[in-house]
Parts: sequence; C-alpha cells; structure tokens
Amino acid sequence: MTHLKPINRKAHRVVDAVDPASDRKQDVVALQQNPTPQQPHYPLGCSLVFAPGWEADSNGGTAGLCQPVERDIFDCHIGCFWPAHVPDQLNHAPGWTAKCASAQKDWRKLDLVFPG
Amino acid sequence: MMTLAPREFHLFQAAGRDFLYLVPSAAVFALDAATSAVVRVVTERPRPVEAVLAAVVDRFDEAAARAAIAELLQVRAIGYEHQPEEAPPRLLPMMPFPLSTMVLNVTNQCNLACTYCYEYGEDKIVDTEHGRQSKFMTEQTARESVDFLLRESGDSRTAHLTFFGGETLLNFPVLKATIAYARRRAAEAGKTIDFSLTTNATLLRPDIIEFLAENAIGVTVSIDGPKELQNKFRVFHNGAGSYDVVAPKIKELLRVHRSRPIGARVTLTSETIDVTRIYRHLTEEIGFWEVGFAPVTTSPHQRYAIGERGFDRMLDQFNALAHDFLEHVVANRHHGFSNVKDTLEEIHKGVSKAYPCGAGLGLLGVSTDGDVAVCHRFAGSDAHKLGTVRDGIDRGAQAAFLADHHIADKTDCSRCWARPLCSGGCYHEAHVRYGTTRKPNLHYCEWIRGWTDTCLRVYGELAERNPSFLERFDRDEVTAEAVL
Repeated sequence: MTHLKPINRKAHRVVDAVDPASDRKQDVVALQQNPTPQQPHYPLGCSLVFAPGWEADSNGGTAGLCQPVERDIFDCHIGCFWPAHVPDQLNHAPGWTAKCASAQKDWRKLDLVFPG
Repeated sequence: MMTLAPREFHLFQAAGRDFLYLVPSAAVFALDAATSAVVRVVTERPRPVEAVLAAVVDRFDEAAARAAIAELLQVRAIGYEHQPEEAPPRLLPMMPFPLSTMVLNVTNQCNLACTYCYEYGEDKIVDTEHGRQSKFMTEQTARESVDFLLRESGDSRTAHLTFFGGETLLNFPVLKATIAYARRRAAEAGKTIDFSLTTNATLLRPDIIEFLAENAIGVTVSIDGPKELQNKFRVFHNGAGSYDVVAPKIKELLRVHRSRPIGARVTLTSETIDVTRIYRHLTEEIGFWEVGFAPVTTSPHQRYAIGERGFDRMLDQFNALAHDFLEHVVANRHHGFSNVKDTLEEIHKGVSKAYPCGAGLGLLGVSTDGDVAVCHRFAGSDAHKLGTVRDGIDRGAQAAFLADHHIADKTDCSRCWARPLCSGGCYHEAHVRYGTTRKPNLHYCEWIRGWTDTCLRVYGELAERNPSFLERFDRDEVTAEAVL
C-alpha cells in the first residue's frame, strides 16, 4: 500500500489480510497447531463457516476434532449442514451409524447406503 | 456502471492530515492527498469510477487516482454501490469464557451518605438496608469467592480481585484475611492474583496504609475534587462534608504507598462539572498519579443529573484537558487524565466491541452473601444473577445474557460510527435510565461521538508526533507506570 498508511494495530492486520504485496502470506494450518497464527488462515479439515464442533469436539475438548478425516465424516453426519456428503439420518438411513460407537475406532463400519 | 459509494467510517483530522477510522474493523489509516481527495468526492455522493477520476484529475494523474481508489476498496473504506457491505456475523463468545476480574462487595454498608450514590439513592437496585442480604461478607464467603475466581479463571495465569462496597474498608478484617488466603491458594494453583480496592478514604489509618503498601494493593479513591465540590455530595450521614477528613488521609496514603500508582475517581454532576479545576486540584495539590472522570449514573429527573447542555459543557472541558494531555505526552511528560489514556489504548489495539464492557463475560460482581452478578453494580440483584460462588456460574443465564446484549441487536447503534468503542454503553446506566440493560444509552450518544472524535484526533497527533508513546500499548500488560 502506498497511498494509505496503516496506523493502529488493527490497520496493520487489515493490510496483512488484503494487500497482495503483504509479506505475510495466507497459509493452511492444522487446527491443533499451537500457537495458531495471528493472521487469516484456512484451518485444514474445516469448513469456513464458524460452527461450534469444529473448534471443540462434542465433549468440549480438543481430542476429537475434525482430524483425522473419519471424524470429519461423522461430524458432518450429525452436527453440520453438509448433507450431500453423508446419508440422511433423519429419513432414509437412520441406522447408518448404528455399528459405529466411536468414530475414531469404528469408522470402517460406516458403509455405503443404497437407495432401497 | 460501477458506482463508488462510501462505506462506514469516521473521517478526522490530526497533525494537518486526514485519517480514517473504519467501522466496524476499528482500523485507523492515515490518508495521503490522493486518497483524501477520493474519499471526499465519494462522500459527497456516490459516483461512477470515471466521474471520481474526472473530479480529481486536475490534481493527480490517472494512475495515482486509480491506485488510491483500489486501496480504499481493499480496506473497504469505499465500495461498489451494487454490492452492499454485509453485516458482520453475530458471533457469541466461546464458552466457558475465563473469568479475569472478580469484584467482591465485601460490604454494602457505607459511612458516607453521598446523595447521588447508585447503591443508596433513589435509583438503587437492591435494598441494602432492609433486604435479605447480609450487610457484611463473611470470611467464609470471601474464601469461597477466591476459590470460585481461581476455578473460573481457566488457563489464565493471572486473575484480578477487586474489593468493593459500600465502603470497602468497613470490612478490613475480612479483606486482610482474604488476601492472605488468596495468595496461598493462587500459589498452589500456580497462578498470581492481582489485588485492588476502591475506597472513600475516610477510614484510612497508618496500619491500613502500611498493609496496602506492603501488599502492593492497587487503590482507587472516590473523590470529587476541591473542598466545596467534594462536600456538595460526598457527605456523612449527618450531612457534614467529608473533604477535611479525607484530604490528610489521602496525602498520607500517597506519601507511604509507593508500590502502585494511585488514582482518583471523580463523579461528575450537573453542579460539579469543572473538570480542569478538579484535575489540577487532585494532581497538583493532593498528588494523585491519575484522575478518571465519570458522569453520575442517575435517572434524568434528579437535580444533579447531567442534561444535554451539561454534556456539551463536559465535552468542552474534556477536550481542553485532552489537549493538555497531548502537549504533555508529546514532550514525554506524564499526564494523569486516565479517560483519554484508556481510550487511546483501545484505539491503538483496534478494539471493536460486541459488548460495552467485560461485565457478564470476563468480569463478574459478587454480593455479600456470595451471589454472582453481571457486575458489582448489580451485586445482590436477583434479576441480574449469574450464579453463586458456591455453585459456580449459571452457564444458561450467562449465555442468555450475552445473547440478549450483543451489539448486532442494538439497532439504534447500527448506523453509529462510534459503536466499535461504545457498543451501547454501561448496562447499569441503561438500567437506571430506561429500566433495561438491553437498551443503548441514547442520552449520551452525542457526547460519546464528540469524545471519541477527540481521542481519535489525539491518537492521530501522537502517531505523527510521538509514535513511541503509542508503542508502549503493544506490551501485553501495560501498567500505569509504563505509560508515563
């Protein structure tokens, strides 16, 4: 930026976020990465929509976040509006997760669903 | 056709140039001649890009003008008329939010009878004379409160404990015992607790002052200024003024207690708006390090309530003192006008608030019997209760409070450029004025905008003339000493 001069801390962050010449590039980072970078970034494995469940697991902890990927599938099934990727548990496949008590251990038991 | 329109910002001048305060990001940018010209043309009325270029072409070449437009678009100071700015998402804080400050009302009794007092006057919320609450907090409740603070402070290494009243020192034995207990419990938990208190100074004795100094307790003294101003409202139960009692005790406190800077807290009323004189008296004659001013909280019909003209007068005086502050700081000299310093820090950090203060979030008040409230001003009020120190925070009530008070729902504020800093103002003030904490304080909007503009101009001046002063705010924990 040559015409606007950022003055306060927030203005510097705005410039970092929008100025293509900014040396702080946007990055892809894992949610567990600590500390989280103080700049715009895409958390890996997450939707860009802020929703509780992505930052904390169903117990309020961080052990079951949306990585590994099997957890991602399971969370999309119950907690999130992402219907295209998983069977519809409300109407057509209520028992889809019946054999999967723990997503991280039993995810292989999640099977395809065929319209019947 | 691509028509350019202004987005939300406040344009202000300082050090001979234009600055933009962007809303709601709270970013501050200095403009050069080209961006200034573009902003002014677009603010006059929305115009197509070519028309904006035509309007500034006599002063800047086309490439510079286009670059200025592009940068203003990037930071969203201006935008295309056909793409209205999206409202920022209404995000509620992640829970559990760590408690950082607990205000402990160790007593609801007072040896003064200040006529404007929100705790005893006509606008009181809780009946502290005949109500069910105990008049003094027991040591047991104070201990439970300390455990509550340490428990609810989450991963934070430091927690703040403020003793409050009534007159705090009426319950000095419990205060003293609580500090010892809190230090021990905090050490066990690997944390530190920072202590402070507010007092009317009438009960300061040499041994109390010694204790406060030895334990590095932060002290704020409620005092309204020179004798005739102090004695107008800050009186004993028999009506006698308190100045002659408190002045020598405060001087002794300031002489002995050097481990923390000591501040004065002044309540302004329609009859005592004399900011500069009060400031000079409290700093030069009494010796306070800092002085903070707040208009009295009252329903509008009280004779001491500050009316519209009073707010104008107060603003003029605040502006004069802010100018004084600026000249001192430019010359690297200390100035203790804490209102301006606090706002400068928020401007520097780019604070954009969803809530006016930390009440109900990182700050909670505790009543004498251990009820937890939104803040100390609501301590003991059942309607504003958020749990007890024994049972913990009522998460449901807290979530409901936060859901009910978000800036996104204050439609009166939605077009105001000062909302990143004000966010509707004090809950207690709103409760007293309008009967609900949910309403923004519309009676002082003009004052807030005027004062915020002043602070922005001081900020802009400092950014040009003494930026090293502002860099001090970049440290995480800024103490009063560190900021001159």
